Amino acid sequence: MAQLGSFTLDDLKEVMRACAGVTESVDLDSDIADVTFEDLGYDSLAVLEMAAKLQNHLGVVIPDDVAEQLPTPRALAEYVNVRLAA
Amino acid sequence: MSRRAVITGIGVTAPNGLGTEAYWAATLEGRSGLGPISRFDPAGYPVRVAGEVSDFTAAEHVPSRLIPQTDNWTHLGLTAAAWALDDAGADPAAFPEYEMAVVTASSSGGTEFGQREIERLWTKGPSWVGAYQSIAWFYAATTGQISIRHGMRGSCGVVCAEQAGALDAAGQARQLIRTGTRLVVTGGADASLCPYGLTAQYSSGRLSQGDDPGRAYLPFDVGAAGYVPGEGGAMLVVENAADAHARSAPVIYGEIAGYAATFDPRPGSGREPGLRRAMELALADAGLAAGGVDVVFADAAGVPELDLQEAAAIRAVFGPAGVPVTAPKTMTGRLYAGGAALDLAGALLAIRDGVIPPTAGVTELAPGCDLDLVRGAAREARVGTAMVVARGYGGFNAAIVVTKTD
Repeated sequence: MAQLGSFTLDDLKEVMRACAGVTESVDLDSDIADVTFEDLGYDSLAVLEMAAKLQNHLGVVIPDDVAEQLPTPRALAEYVNVRLAA
Repeated sequence: MSRRAVITGIGVTAPNGLGTEAYWAATLEGRSGLGPISRFDPAGYPVRVAGEVSDFTAAEHVPSRLIPQTDNWTHLGLTAAAWALDDAGADPAAFPEYEMAVVTASSSGGTEFGQREIERLWTKGPSWVGAYQSIAWFYAATTGQISIRHGMRGSCGVVCAEQAGALDAAGQARQLIRTGTRLVVTGGADASLCPYGLTAQYSSGRLSQGDDPGRAYLPFDVGAAGYVPGEGGAMLVVENAADAHARSAPVIYGEIAGYAATFDPRPGSGREPGLRRAMELALADAGLAAGGVDVVFADAAGVPELDLQEAAAIRAVFGPAGVPVTAPKTMTGRLYAGGAALDLAGALLAIRDGVIPPTAGVTELAPGCDLDLVRGAAREARVGTAMVVARGYGGFNAAIVVTKTD
């Protein structure tokens, strides 16, 4: 798995759990980095909620239209890391 | 043969009992769920007593995915609906999805959720208001989440008629069954015991300011001084009688034999309120005479003027002391959209067990309220037919007649 920098996938999973819970059929502790949010049971509202939480807690601005273009946990975490490093 | 709407499942989340049998046992014993408000510090508010569902932990009953997305009121509704389906022995996967429907009542929507988001808005700013506020507050949220969870894609709706709403929802459920729907989840819930919710309710001028849980809500009593608000409600599974028999449903609690709704005349018109007419129309709809009713579950506003109006309506329909009357909501508080649903559940359980639950706390009937009010202890009685009446703030009246089936 590619290095994700200071914001890890585990950090993101914590945000996912807090924002929108977990669907019974999904194991967030398995390798889900490249599974789409949709397949993980997170709809567009859930992604907006996560983006808002990341923005508030990390100061990383994730505009709504950008959030919609980040289909997987890896994509979202990498976006956050690039902004954190900047 | 015509299609008849029967109730095959009950699920209850009430301040004095979580689960149908826990609620019913407490109610028959006269155990109240009223107590000092604990959800927030009520010191700055005029209302001190409420019926809180205190032993409910959402994580034990609601899928984790749904908890952050929905209000406590929806958690209670989802839980009651799942229990009602269990009770009915009805696996939604075994029914065609477009032949199942959900019609519930809601009065406040997701107020507690909204309270949290409003607090974030004023303390931290707009970006801290969660995206789920957009769906959690909405009156139809509970109906929608029940529909999604159980794959019920028939005609779904929500009725907002305050305390009368759950009877209107059950009336709609009957209509859906008559027109071909196989199974309807109906009922109602509310959970608005937060500062924002209570402040809104308080504007009606009908809430009790009493601080003694045993004396704060005394409908028809000389000490009546408003009602205590509560949270929770009940969900019911309604099916066509022949289909329920065909699938060997474990229990058939009773039939929705009559239903009617009326609206009050304009305030100050001097005309009679619509409650009596709702009761008469429900009887006519059931094809029954007043003498055929074995118990009336009263609206029991706890406001002297409204109690007098209700007592007059009951006397006009049933004659003086013509029918046993009860108000088990004295042990839960008024649950708004959940209240009449819980009374409907109580009426069906009274039919099942041949017992009328008591009205708690009432010791001395007010002049003009001389009803045969069941007090002190539950009363054993053959209950073949029960009427539930409800009034919703703003002029709504509804009455339902449920009858024992063979």
